[in-house]
Parts: sequence; structure tokens; C-alpha cells
Amino acid sequence: MASPVRKIAQRALDAYAILVLLYLFLPIGVIILYSFNKPEGKFNFVWKAFSTEAWTDPFKYRPLVDAMKLSLGVALISTSVATVFGALIALALCRYRFRGSGLVNLLLVLPLTTPEVVLGSSLLSLFLSLNVAMGFATIVVAHVMFSVSYVALTVRARIRGFDWTLEEAAMDLGAGPFRVVTRVTLPLIAPGIAAAAMLSFALSLDDFIITLFNSGSRVTYPLYIYGAQRSAYPPQINVVATAILFGSLLLLGATVLWQNRSTRESTGGRAG
Amino acid sequence: MAGIAAGGARRHPLAPYLLVAPGVLWLVAFYLIPLLTLGRTAVAGAAGPWYDGFARAFTVYGHHLVRSLDYALIATALALALGYPLAYVMAFRSGRLRNLLLGLVILPFFTTFLVRTFAWKTILNDRGPAVWVLTRLHLLPAGGRLLDTAVAVIGGLTYNFLPFMVMPIYVSLEKIDRRLVEAAQDLYSGPLRAFGRVVLPLSLPGVFAGSLLTFIPAMGDFINAELLGSPNQQMIGTVIQNQFLQVRDYPLAAALSFTLMALITLGVLLYARVIGTEDLA
Repeated sequence: MASPVRKIAQRALDAYAILVLLYLFLPIGVIILYSFNKPEGKFNFVWKAFSTEAWTDPFKYRPLVDAMKLSLGVALISTSVATVFGALIALALCRYRFRGSGLVNLLLVLPLTTPEVVLGSSLLSLFLSLNVAMGFATIVVAHVMFSVSYVALTVRARIRGFDWTLEEAAMDLGAGPFRVVTRVTLPLIAPGIAAAAMLSFALSLDDFIITLFNSGSRVTYPLYIYGAQRSAYPPQINVVATAILFGSLLLLGATVLWQNRSTRESTGGRAG
Repeated sequence: MAGIAAGGARRHPLAPYLLVAPGVLWLVAFYLIPLLTLGRTAVAGAAGPWYDGFARAFTVYGHHLVRSLDYALIATALALALGYPLAYVMAFRSGRLRNLLLGLVILPFFTTFLVRTFAWKTILNDRGPAVWVLTRLHLLPAGGRLLDTAVAVIGGLTYNFLPFMVMPIYVSLEKIDRRLVEAAQDLYSGPLRAFGRVVLPLSLPGVFAGSLLTFIPAMGDFINAELLGSPNQQMIGTVIQNQFLQVRDYPLAAALSFTLMALITLGVLLYARVIGTEDLA
């Protein structure tokens, strides 16, 4: 029984939402488009001519490749550590009532309400006061620190309200603790952990501010771009950014398919 | 009561503590202790009295603090104005497109923050499309600029943190029972009043979380100001970074960083009081 006025209002709301989405995409379109630019001079921000040069020679700039390798290494290690730490905290919070769980919750939320520049600079002041040489290790330490909260909160949100009596049932059926963990607990929490690990990896790969304070002379991918926007900004940066975008979309699509399949399997199992 | 498992009492009382230990110790060592070190650096290294760093932070860089606060508040308000309707459409009007829209909103996160911000430089520069269009429409005087202005910096901040505003609002809207909305429309005779009386109040936790997740990173950000602004738009993050890494006046740098943290904590508490919720997660 929608009146015409109401219909118009709804259409206007939809149009507004579409405009906001376009605002979100505009720079992404520009990034992709300018990966095909043949810029005049050192900076790739004025359109000159169409070219596939950057795509056919993406590894032309050695420092960009090195920075990418360093970032991938940091992301791989910090994600592995943070995913284990964060998932364990989430498990504890969901399955046990224990004294101090409120404090643990608070400790998880606090880093999220602290600006990155404070996180980075306070960690720097710790390293300075301990005379720690800044480099690969300090970057990893920093990335694990800011990732643990995200992982713990993501996993907790995904496994809240699970039926943990399944574990009891497995134990009653004679499964040892190790079998219970590998055959019941892990399969239950795996999708949540996968989502958290991807988030952690993406955050690590993208972090600039905290890394800037704790990297010493090492140059990660975002730090390389920071330097590039001051000296020379080749279209290869856009090529890498576009590749990361489509790479993560593929990964995301694959994960969604996998999770849909595993939900189907588990509901199918319950029905049969 | 400690250590009783939700499913039964068959577990060791220390089990939860062992599970949280590695992550909690890491956060204590590399989050909490550094904050204390930061405070000590601000106070102990000061050349004059202990508050010397803080005094200089306020007298020399007070206007940077105020400007950061201004920009972050405006960006948060803009993100709310842009983000709430989008979240509403996603939650109530998207139907089968909902998951696609969710994916589209987080799409920008799959491109690097710095590359995204640099892309705005492409759009907003003097020879770029935005200036061209706006001068043709006479919205910008001939020779007018967008880059190196507050408009560009605030626009960049709004853009970069908009998804942080949309997602929590979407989550809180999505939880609302549809029957409740229909009942409200019958009861209050009209969609606008139903929205004001039912939907909006129920979505306030999302608005609260979204505003904080936008305001906090915007307040500490310096990339947008550095890439899209001139020195006249410099924010407090640039000063902290500069003092820590180039000038190396550690007491001043630490005092600035500590002040930023304190201001934000104060703001969060105040905001929680006003909006009447302390539910962050």
C-alpha cells in the first residue's frame, strides 16, 4: 500500500546509496585506469596516453619488488602468530566463565580505540628505552600486537553460540583430547579462523603508520609508496595495487564458496 | 567459580588462563607497557620541570590539536550522513543484492590505503577532472584549487574511514526484527515517525561504534593531510611523526602523543555518556 510519495522517497534513498557507493569506487577506478597510463615525468597523476607498458614489465623497479617481498614475509609471520594467539583468546572467552574475562575483553578493545600514531610511537619509545635495533623483528612484533585484537574479536563473533556439547559427546564416545580438538573443535571454528586470518593478513599488508615508527631502515610496501609519492611514482604501483585487489577478490570468492559448501555439508549431515 | 566450562565441569580450572596467556602477555608487553613508557618519556626526559613537554605541546602545537579535532569531527559527521542511508538501504532494501553490497563496501580495503589516497590526488589536482567539472559549473572560481585545501583533506578522511562507519550501523540495523518495524508503522502511522521512534533508537549502538571507528583513526591520521593538503592543513599526527623520527625531541613528541591519547579517551567517555551506551563490540 505504498503511496506515490513514499515510493519516490524510497527511490531517492536508493539513488543516494548508489551515489555513496560510487564515491567509494571512484578512486579504485582511477587506480585501475592509471595502471594503463604512460605518464609524462615522474608522477603518475595526469593522464597522458594509454599503454600496457607497466603491465608487461611489472617488476621493473627493484625496490618495489623488494618492498613487496618484505611486506609479504611480515604479513605471513605476523598473521600466523596473531591468528593462533587471537583464536585461543576467543576460544577461552566463548567456552569458559572465568575471573578476569572482563579485563581480557577490555584489553582486546583498547588497542582498537587507540590511534595508530599513538600505538606506533609508544612502541617506538619502548624500543628506544630498551635500545632495541629496529628492523624485521620489531615490525613483526608491532603487527602481531595490532592484529591479535581483530583476530580474537572476529573469531569470537563467529563462534559465539556454538554447541560445545559436541565435544563432550565426542569424549563420551571415547575420543581422547587430541582427537576431540582435531576432529571436532577445529572443524567447528575453522571458517571463523580463516576469516580472521585473512583480515589480519590484509591489515598487515596495508599498515603504514605503525610500521613507519618501528621499521628502522627496512622498507615495506606502504613505506615504499610513501617514499614514491615524494620522489617518483611509476604506474607499476597501480599494477601491483590492481593485482592485489583482484587477487584478494578471488581469494574471497573461493572462501565464500568453501564456507557455503561446508554449511551445506553440515546441515545435510544433520538432516541425514 | 573460576574455570567452569560452559558445557560442563570436566575441564581444568587453569585452562582458560593458559589459553589467553600468550595473546594477553603480548598485549601487555607491546601495548600497555609502551603506553607507560610513552608517559615516562614525556616526563622524565623533559629539559625543565616535568611538565615541560606538555607545556610546549599545548603552546606550540595547540592549533594542530584543535585542527585535527575539527577535521576529524567534520569527517565523522560527513561519514555518518553518507554512511547511515547506505547502511539502511543495505539492511532493509537490498534483498538478494545484500551480500554483493556488503562486498562492495569493503572493496576499498583490498587496495592499499596510500594508493587509494594518492588516487584522490589524481582526481583533485589542478589539471584533474574534479577541478575541470567544478569550474565549468561555476562552483569553483577560475584558478580555484581543491588539492592543498581543507576540502581535499576532509574529503580524504571521510572517504578512507567511511566503511568503518557503514559496517557497524549495518550490523545494528540488520539485527532489528522486521515485524517490529511493521508494527511501528501501523502504530505511529507513517514511515518517518516509525523510523524516529523505533529504527533510529535501535541502531544507536551501531552509530556509536561507527562514529568512534571513524573519529579515532581520523584524529590521528596524517596521510590525508600530507598527500592532499598543504602545510596549512597539517594535523597533529604529522607533528608527532616528525618530532619522533626527524627532530627527535622525544619528551615533546611523547607528550604530544600522550595528549592525543588522553583527548580521545576523554572524548570517548563523554560520547558514551551522551549517547547512553558503553557497548563497543
